[in-house]
Amino acid sequence: MSEITTKFSSRIFRILARGGMETYVCLIGGFIVFVVIFMAVFAPFISPHDPITSVADPLMPPNSEFPLGTDNLGRDVLSRIIYGSRTVLLVALVSSLFSLVIGVSLGLLSGYAGGSLDRALSLIMDSIYAFPGLILAIAIAAMLGPGISNMTVAIAIVYIPTYFRMTRGQVLSLKGHLFVEAARAIGADDKTIMFRYILPNLLSTVVVVFTLNIADAILTEAGLSFLGLGVPPPTPDWGFDLKSGQGFFTAGYWWLITFPGIMIILLVIGFSLLGEGLNEILNPRLRAR
Amino acid sequence: MHDIVIEVKDLKKYFPVQKGFIETLISRKREYVKAVDGISFKIQRGDIFGLAGESGCGKTTTGRLISRLIEPTSGKIFFNHQDITNVKGEELRRLRRKIQIIFQDPYASLNPRMKIGDAVGHPLEIHGITKGEKKREMVLEVLEKVGLTPPEKFYEVYPHELSGGQRQRVAIARAIILKPEFIVADEPVSMIDVSIRASILNLMLELKRSFNLTYLFITHDLAVAKYITNRLAIMYLGKIVELGPTRRVLTDPLHPYTLALLSSVPVPNPRAKKKRIVIKGEVPNAINPPPGCRFHPRCPRAMEICGRVEPKLMEIEKGHWVACHLYG
Amino acid sequence: MRLLEIKDLKVYYFVRDGVIKAIDGIRLWMDKGESLGVVGESGSGKSTLAAAIMRLIPPPGKIVEGSILFKGVDLTKLKEEDMRKIRGKSISMVFQDPMTSLDPLQTIGDHLTETILAHEKIDRRKAIEMALELLDKVGIPKDRFKDYPHQFSGGMRQRVMIALAMALKPDLIIADEPTTALDVIIQAQILDLLRELKDELNMSLILISHDLSVVSEIADRIAVMYAGHVMEFSDAMPLFDDPLHPYTQGLMRSVPNIELSDQELRFIPGNPPDMLNPPSGCRFHPRCPRAMEICRIKEPPLVEVEKGRFVKCFLYGNDA
Repeated sequence: MSEITTKFSSRIFRILARGGMETYVCLIGGFIVFVVIFMAVFAPFISPHDPITSVADPLMPPNSEFPLGTDNLGRDVLSRIIYGSRTVLLVALVSSLFSLVIGVSLGLLSGYAGGSLDRALSLIMDSIYAFPGLILAIAIAAMLGPGISNMTVAIAIVYIPTYFRMTRGQVLSLKGHLFVEAARAIGADDKTIMFRYILPNLLSTVVVVFTLNIADAILTEAGLSFLGLGVPPPTPDWGFDLKSGQGFFTAGYWWLITFPGIMIILLVIGFSLLGEGLNEILNPRLRAR
Repeated sequence: MHDIVIEVKDLKKYFPVQKGFIETLISRKREYVKAVDGISFKIQRGDIFGLAGESGCGKTTTGRLISRLIEPTSGKIFFNHQDITNVKGEELRRLRRKIQIIFQDPYASLNPRMKIGDAVGHPLEIHGITKGEKKREMVLEVLEKVGLTPPEKFYEVYPHELSGGQRQRVAIARAIILKPEFIVADEPVSMIDVSIRASILNLMLELKRSFNLTYLFITHDLAVAKYITNRLAIMYLGKIVELGPTRRVLTDPLHPYTLALLSSVPVPNPRAKKKRIVIKGEVPNAINPPPGCRFHPRCPRAMEICGRVEPKLMEIEKGHWVACHLYG
Repeated sequence: MRLLEIKDLKVYYFVRDGVIKAIDGIRLWMDKGESLGVVGESGSGKSTLAAAIMRLIPPPGKIVEGSILFKGVDLTKLKEEDMRKIRGKSISMVFQDPMTSLDPLQTIGDHLTETILAHEKIDRRKAIEMALELLDKVGIPKDRFKDYPHQFSGGMRQRVMIALAMALKPDLIIADEPTTALDVIIQAQILDLLRELKDELNMSLILISHDLSVVSEIADRIAVMYAGHVMEFSDAMPLFDDPLHPYTQGLMRSVPNIELSDQELRFIPGNPPDMLNPPSGCRFHPRCPRAMEICRIKEPPLVEVEKGRFVKCFLYGNDA
């Protein structure tokens, strides 16, 4: 497995060095993501204040001391933004990883085995997939109750079918390829074929879906928190801050929702660009002959 | 001494025709594509047994049946006098060490994500023969044998870095690393540049000598068949219509279809005035083959009996068989 | 005036990894009523040639240099709308894959009729008459006029393609590997048909193929291409009797001839050229049994060795 990842990253380096629209798209997206990750990792060092304690008068507009202003409880918006990245990234990444592992495994199994197992799983997955993501997440989160781990589980469940369908589709197509038949001809068993012949040929697509999926997960997380089904206060969270700042917008206190909103959009764009760029690089359109 | 490696008896493979949902409701009758419809032959050790015919004749399916990639609908397959028709599981896996297959498309038969060294060495791993350094040694040795030198360099590359001819050599290396007895070669040079074909064919001949191999050589190209095979069976619509020593079949063909095929092969000589035997029509579909002799609707020498009675393969001269009412 | 004259043509593909010089400076010509065979293997550039003449090079490919003179007009300099008038009408093409080249939603009769009507100012009845005549010429029974492509086999579809190509009485037909996807008996039928049409109608034809035997059935003149260059260009018979270029010689020795009993089949050592990094000097030199020092350094010019016989090789010509 590590062999695959090192080969992968060296391939990416080589391709990124070449230039081209998709490379720039990828780099821009990657840069944004990197900045946010940096923010999350080094939050205690770069955050000017503690995000959950009141440090000044409430509802102060952006000024020299508090560049993004303070919220209704006198907390520094900038600090909340910086620390908020942790929640967002944690939830989005963990839930996406969960979805990936479960979705890809099931998709691999289902696509390869076929038959009634395949039909049963596909039915379940299609049913989950039929629900609009946010609605389903709300339903599950409501059932499980608020809190970070419940929210992560809810979001994870919502996106399993995405990985499942994508993996299954690719497996079905790869199953019929000649090199798979050749593997059978040298005596490889099903397990070997699944993991040495089919899975490695899926990976580039899985990576792309992963990045695009995180973008979606971020939005869903923001949505859940916005509705009060996510993180409990006073944990800093962009979605939650959006919600609490909502009421103050019409009164003219625009900075409460603007900055969390911008960050959500920015991060989503970042992951989307990264994903789209990677897609072009790793799965290039067939070159014209 | 008759050392029969492969014997096939009345082998049949029918593929069910996929029907749409409504159709399955309306009509109960199942239709089948009779890809292989009762063929029998023997392959002796050291033979390069050619199986030739046009597309749809069943030659590729026969190759897949003998290498047990698919199971026959009926009939028997014997390997070294043992019945391998329905072997499964561990027994099938052990069989794979002795019977190997080389596919037509060198671009599609190698895993794009596997290094050449890993791909060629994989059979050793699968059958638990060796691992690690010893495995690498064996792979390097076989890469050298198929002409991929320096083998260390080829060990590390991926398929997309190689040309079609090189990829086919890799496929051959992978097939011989377990020292099999019998290899099915399914159109091994059809997708390779003409100027390189002979090198692959010559490699196959050399390996036959070194490893005492026996081949089933499937091809649509009679000129290639003439070059490399010593026995040749001509297939038409799932049946063998002629079978015999290659030289005899291609120099003095008995069956009208063989004659027609031969006269259609283009020759690299603009002076050659071809006396083409005109065959009307096209190959009918294998779902409802014509009654009697399958070739009779297109045969320039068809007689009344040909539409009623299916001719059986009969030995006309030593080792040369034909299924045609014109004889016997 | 020659029907077609190609001078110093260069067609490059600008891909992510570099530049593929698919055709890198070739000279070719043909007269009216002739059939020119273009033979080449992978990387030779022969398919690019067909696309270039029709100005159908897909991006990222481009005609970088050179001229394609068709009846005196340089096709490379024409505007797209003018080129469109030529395609189908003056120059038409028969493609390799008959399975996918026909519109599945139109009967072949309609397809033919519409094609004729689009370019000729005649009434529908006359167009249908012409279409039926064409089908007859290519050996398709009249009662199949109202059938759809999927009801035809590969060989029949290719005949329809030929009928379509002939429908507007073009000056030149380009057939790009027309029989490669067909079985040998059908292939023979199609080649016979092409030969008949050529003899009867004095059709000008470019036949592109990797198969020397196929080309020898029809071609009056043959161009042998390798790695984007024309290595030898001459009348068919002299080429077969006495091939001059080492590549042509190697190619001929590697084609199995079913009429010979004990043929020693040879091959050309090495691999087909990497068109992203083609060999220096003469592109064939790494595989040439008679390569000399100069072959590695300079590209040989195309010289006329005898009347009508051209070779691109330092073994011949003034420097020999």
